[in-house]
Amino acid sequence: MNAWFADGLFPAAQLPLYYAFGGVLVLLIIASVVSLALKRARPAKNYTELRQRVRTWWWIAAIFGVALCLHPKGAIILMALVSFLAFKEYLSLLTTRRTDHVVLLWAYLAIPLQYWWVWQNWYGMFIIFIPVYLFLFLPMRMVMVGDTRGFLQSAGTLHWGMMTTVFSLSHIAFLVNLPDLHGPRPLTGGMYVFYLLLLTQLNDVAQYIWGKCIGRHKVIPKVSPNKTVEGLVGGVLTTTLLAWLLAPWFTPFTTLESVLVGLLIGVAGFIGDVVMSAVKRDIGVKDASSMLPGHGGILDRLDSLTYTAPLFFHVLYFLHY
Amino acid sequence: MTRWQRFLRMAFAALVARPVVRLWLGVNVRHQERLPLRGPAIVAANHNSHLDICTLLSLFPLARVPDVQPAAAADYFMKGGPLTWIARDLVGIVPVIRGGVRAGPSGAGAGAGAGAVKGHGNDNGSGSGNRNGNGERRDPLEGCYEALERGGILVIFPEGTRGEPEQMQALKSGIAHLARRFPDAPVVPLYMHGLGKSMPKGSFVPLPVFVDIFVGRALSWRADAQDDKAAFMQTLTDRFASLRLKARPTRDDAHDDVDQENA
Repeated sequence: MNAWFADGLFPAAQLPLYYAFGGVLVLLIIASVVSLALKRARPAKNYTELRQRVRTWWWIAAIFGVALCLHPKGAIILMALVSFLAFKEYLSLLTTRRTDHVVLLWAYLAIPLQYWWVWQNWYGMFIIFIPVYLFLFLPMRMVMVGDTRGFLQSAGTLHWGMMTTVFSLSHIAFLVNLPDLHGPRPLTGGMYVFYLLLLTQLNDVAQYIWGKCIGRHKVIPKVSPNKTVEGLVGGVLTTTLLAWLLAPWFTPFTTLESVLVGLLIGVAGFIGDVVMSAVKRDIGVKDASSMLPGHGGILDRLDSLTYTAPLFFHVLYFLHY
Repeated sequence: MTRWQRFLRMAFAALVARPVVRLWLGVNVRHQERLPLRGPAIVAANHNSHLDICTLLSLFPLARVPDVQPAAAADYFMKGGPLTWIARDLVGIVPVIRGGVRAGPSGAGAGAGAGAVKGHGNDNGSGSGNRNGNGERRDPLEGCYEALERGGILVIFPEGTRGEPEQMQALKSGIAHLARRFPDAPVVPLYMHGLGKSMPKGSFVPLPVFVDIFVGRALSWRADAQDDKAAFMQTLTDRFASLRLKARPTRDDAHDDVDQENA
C-alpha cells in the first residue's frame, strides 16, 4: 500500500487543497440553504429539480474531495471509473451492430490500459495510445469479424466515444503526475485538478444563471435553444474573474496567463457543452441518462470537461513544464 | 425445495446476478413497486439474452429470490452437464417440455393435451394449443402449475425465444393458459431494454451497457380476459407495446416503428 501511495495518505504538501474543499463545503451549504429558502418562500413553484441537483452536487463534491485529499493518485482511480461510466452511457445511447460485440469489449479493455499508463506516469504512451494505437486496432478487429455494412459509421462513432470519454478525461488524471513546483507557494498536481474541475463546473453554473437572469439573444438556436449570448458572455467573464482570483493559490500562472486560461475554460466549456448537445440531438434524447438526479446523465455533467481538460492540461504543460 | 437449494439460489443472486447487473451493467427501474413480491404471480418479460433472468433475479429482495422461478425450455437447459446444474440449482428454472413428451396419463386439468405438432418447435408456444388432447401426453406447463400452486412467482418469456436484440416477436399463448388456470394471479408485464446489446445470442461475455426496465400494471385473467384467450393476449401485447415506447427510443427504432405503420 505504501509502495503505491508514496508520501502516505493526506500528504501535507497539498494543504491548500484541504482549505479549498472547505470552501466548496461552504458553497454547497449556501446552495442548500438557498434552495430550501426558495421552497419555503414560494411553495407553489416546483423546486424538485433544483433540490435534486444540489443534492447530487453534494455527492460529486464528497467523492472527489475524498479521492483527491486522500492522495493525489486517488484522482486516477476515480477518473478511470468516471470514464468507464461515461463510455458505458455513450454506448448505451448508440444503436450498435451486433457483430461489433467483441470489438466493443476490446474498446472497454482500453479504459484500464489508458489509466494504467497514467498511473505509471508514462506520458508518451498515455498521449498516443488512444489516438494512434486504438484508432488503428479497432477497425482491424472489425475487419476480422467481416461485417462491412455500416462499417464507417460504427468505427467513427466508437472512436469519437473513446476520444471524448476516455482520452480527454484521462488528462484530468494525468495532471496529478505533474511534478510539484516550489515557487512562492508549493504546488501539487491535485491542486490543478481542483482548479480545472471547479472552474469548468462553476462556468456551467454561471452561464446558466446569467442566461436565466438576463438572457435575450439565442447564440446557437439550432443546437441548443436555451443558450444565450448574455449567458455565454456573463459566464465567461465570471469564470475569468475566478480564474484570476484563484490562480496564485492553485497554479503557477502569471496574471496574464490566468486571465487567458480563464477565457479558455469559459469558451471551451461552452463548446464542449454544445457539442454534446448536438450528439444528443442527433441520437434523439434530451438527457444522456438519469444517473445523476437533477442533472441527467454523467455525460451531461462531463460535456464541458471533454473540451476543457485536454486544453487546460496542454496549456499548463506548455507554459510551466 | 430443500434449505440447501434455497441457499444456493440466494447465493447465486447475491454473488453473481446482482454484481453483474448492478455494477457491470447498471439498471434503471421504472415502477419497481409494481413487481409482485408474493405468489402466486406471473411476471411476463421480453427476452433477448441469457442475462434477462439474472437481471430479473437482481430486482427481487434476496429472501424472495428462491420463490422466483423462470419457465425455460427443457430441451435446451436439461441436456445434462454444468448448464443443467446452473439452470436447475442456481437459477431454479421450471422446465417446459416443448412439443410435449409421451408420458403416463397425468390427469392434467384444463384439458391441456400438449404438443399437437410433435417434432415442430410447437409454433403456438409452450402453451397447449390443442384442447382435444388425449391425456396421454404430459402437459408441458405442468411444472408451471405446480410452481404457482406452491405460491411461487413464475417468470415467463412469452416470446418463446431470444430473437433479435431490442425487437419483440409475437407473443405465444401459453401464458394465457396459465392465467386461465390461475384467474386471480396478477400477470405483470415487464420490458427490459439494453440486454440484447449487452449479451446477444451467441455471446457469453456481457458488454457493459445501461439497462432500462419498465414494469407495467398487472393484468389478470378475471379482470382483463372476458374469458377469451385472444382478448387476454391482445391486452398483454398492448401493454408490452406501450412499455416499449417508453424505453428510450433510438432513431432506428423510431424508423422501424414508422415503417411498420406505413406497411
